[in-house]
Amino acid sequence: MKEDLREIPKEPSMVLQKDMIGDYFDRLATAPEDGKKVVYTFVPGNLTELLHNFDVMPVLPEINALQSGMRKRSGNYISEAEKLGHSEDVCTYVKSDIGMLKTGVGPTGKRIPPPDLLLLSYTGCFTFMKWFELLKQQFPKSEVAMLHIPYQADGVVTPEMRGYVIDQLETEVIPKLEKVTGTKYDEDKLRQHLELSAKAEEGLVAVLDSAKNRPSPIDGYFGGVFYIGPIFTAFRGTQQGVEYYDVLRKEVEERVAKKQGPITPIGQLNDQRYRIVTEGPPNWTSFREFWSMFANEGAVCVASTYTKVGGLYDQGFRHDPGDPLGTLADYCLGCYTNLNLPMRSKLIAKYVKEFEADGFICNSIKSCNSFSAGQLLILREVERLTGKPGGFIESDLVDPRYFSAANIKNRLESYFQMLEQKRSGKGSAPKEASL
Amino acid sequence: MSKLSYVGIDLGSTTTKSVVIDDDLNILGRGITNSRSNYDLACQIARTEALVDAQMSRLRSTLADHRVLADHVKILAPSVERSFRYRQHIRLFDALDRECMAIAEGKPDLTAVLADLLAEMREETEKLFSGLSAMEKRKSEFFRDIAGAQFQRLAEHRANPKTMPYETIVGVFDRAIIKVENEGDDLTFEGNALEALDRSLSQYKANDAVRAAAAEMLEGLLADPPHIGCSVGTGYGRARLPFPKNQIRSEILCHGLGAHQMFPGTRTVLDIGGQDTKGIQVDDQGIVTSFQMNDRCAAGCGRYLGYIADEMNLGVHELGPLALKATRHVRISSTCTVFAGAELRERLSLGEKREDILGGLHRAIILRAMSILARSGGVDEEFTFTGGVAHNPAAVRALRDLIGENYGKRTINISPDSIYMGALGAAIFAKRETDAGRAERGVGSQSEARA
Repeated sequence: MKEDLREIPKEPSMVLQKDMIGDYFDRLATAPEDGKKVVYTFVPGNLTELLHNFDVMPVLPEINALQSGMRKRSGNYISEAEKLGHSEDVCTYVKSDIGMLKTGVGPTGKRIPPPDLLLLSYTGCFTFMKWFELLKQQFPKSEVAMLHIPYQADGVVTPEMRGYVIDQLETEVIPKLEKVTGTKYDEDKLRQHLELSAKAEEGLVAVLDSAKNRPSPIDGYFGGVFYIGPIFTAFRGTQQGVEYYDVLRKEVEERVAKKQGPITPIGQLNDQRYRIVTEGPPNWTSFREFWSMFANEGAVCVASTYTKVGGLYDQGFRHDPGDPLGTLADYCLGCYTNLNLPMRSKLIAKYVKEFEADGFICNSIKSCNSFSAGQLLILREVERLTGKPGGFIESDLVDPRYFSAANIKNRLESYFQMLEQKRSGKGSAPKEASL
Repeated sequence: MSKLSYVGIDLGSTTTKSVVIDDDLNILGRGITNSRSNYDLACQIARTEALVDAQMSRLRSTLADHRVLADHVKILAPSVERSFRYRQHIRLFDALDRECMAIAEGKPDLTAVLADLLAEMREETEKLFSGLSAMEKRKSEFFRDIAGAQFQRLAEHRANPKTMPYETIVGVFDRAIIKVENEGDDLTFEGNALEALDRSLSQYKANDAVRAAAAEMLEGLLADPPHIGCSVGTGYGRARLPFPKNQIRSEILCHGLGAHQMFPGTRTVLDIGGQDTKGIQVDDQGIVTSFQMNDRCAAGCGRYLGYIADEMNLGVHELGPLALKATRHVRISSTCTVFAGAELRERLSLGEKREDILGGLHRAIILRAMSILARSGGVDEEFTFTGGVAHNPAAVRALRDLIGENYGKRTINISPDSIYMGALGAAIFAKRETDAGRAERGVGSQSEARA
């Protein structure tokens, strides 16, 4: 059953987003000529409102890497990085980025200017630090600001942790931004950006929550990565971001009213046989093929943890214009990547229950040591907490060599057939524990 | 055989297996063939073989109960089966003969060598199927393997490095066998049973009464072939089967259900197949509750043993018995299929004994399987080992040792039918689909099976 995936219509919001991102990369390409400063930073724990406050343009290396993956360019970039001595086991986001930066051209084919500031917001991923060390070697003239976010090892954020982050914002991050841009920190302007963020966040949460409907009008994983696009990148805290979520929300509400499912690579998925929660990022190099493996089985992802790496808005967090630096600290501390294993397990179990999922699937990432470690424990724990069966597949972020379609398809088909077999009434489920 | 039968087909990466069961889930017949490059044909042959096996069982029991033939059953039953296998073999051999001669056309020297070689092969084939002991001696039941070994041996005798290189002669076989295997032939019970019976009766020098009774008995069998409810496919090649989706199942579910059928107390299943290893947990209904398998790397799977056997110039089935002779464990760090030869040669060059290296290799394979089992949820009280590797005694010993070391005392089941476990599970699913009224008529049913 081979079909031309390009002929499948896209959701209007996807088209809008593509234009927004295309336009952003165009502006980014001429940033130095236009007198704009460029800051490289990461999605989890990003300080986009603060960057807008200084009128600088963020570049998100992991977004560039996944975009390169989707555009089938990451394989060559990774080879380039391996020629430079990076081993096979190194995070492939890093290698794709290193290879891409050597070309000086970004995923859309436009120039990516060098950074004026490397703003490392460290939220749980050890690789981030090594990544920016490499970028510093590549761009020795760039300033560096390090924001260290304490890990939620005990599952709580203490006032001391919060104070520690605010202190770094005041003494490290803001002074560096002032130095690079020559502009003074303007708290009132920051409040305005934070207010716009909170509005967009409301829109995103409404969209993500819509998956509680049957049929679900969205795919909260494969579709979800598009829905989080603007808010995880340069558009948080902007009017453009708010408008995107208005369009998206309307589009989703229409589907709810019409009892329609999301548009997937194989068409609109109205007949939803399985409701699934996912843990781990998707594979980007075979994204549509991967999605089709779910859609072909009638599986819709109703919630995912990956769509929370840039903020757990669905759990109630909103940027608060009333406490500008405090709210940025809360945001960074609460990112999914900064949560410990028991918190991650409980969150997945909560999704399984709240979204009435039939099961959950971990996509374990070959080259991601930070987040794939412990996923088997999560699997067993969520099974224990929910009584629902977990599935386990393995692929990679952007290394096309690590996507074995036959193996993944076999596991997914087996998993969905297992769900079907259990549903037919003869199966027993693990005993459910209380959350 | 008025009741319905059900067929399960397991299209594995190395072999294709088929099982026919009755309404009470008893196994009526089993068939196996090499998967080759043509999955459709492999599936057809395996199913034909399973149906032949089922008919042969009926033939044996009918003979045993027959008022005239019962006295002759001890000789006649194995003789008919041998004649039948001979018929199947000679049909394929005839095709091979034709192909080889066609390839050599226009090359008189090669034609002469081949004509002589094939004539000797034909004579040998007669002997190969002349008595039970000779049948048992064969290292493989697959035509490709039997004919290939014969051809290579006879080619060696005729080769001359200057005038007729060995590679030239064997190259003809390599080309011809692909065509023979991929074109198929009528190997069914219906297409060969009458001739097989004739051959046996002639060899047996049967009198007219026995001849008449036997002919009548066979006609009765042929007039009442198995009525197949439906077929269910599983294994890596399952997507190639012309079955509707509900008649295709993952091999993980099939191995779980097959193991449950054989050993109802089973809660953990290990399946080591040609290119993957699976740890499966099942409940008291045989329903899968959890599973893990190797990722895209097929290290330590059945195919690995195949490469090792090739490197050592042994048959796969000879590896286990040799490994059991090991007196010490050689620690093998890698079970990578690609580097299998390199690791082996390195160990040999260090002066290690073959049996000791093989002992270490088998332990390494099972260590990898233990890791997959642990990830799937461990080894529960009753455990069943399925797949082709379960026939390997050294793998079984390593497994018993390691389960004992890691989990303590466990019931470990290994069925002689372990390689058919996936096909058995598929056949049970076929019965369930038929019972539920979901089996599509004409698809995977009797009419298609005969086609």
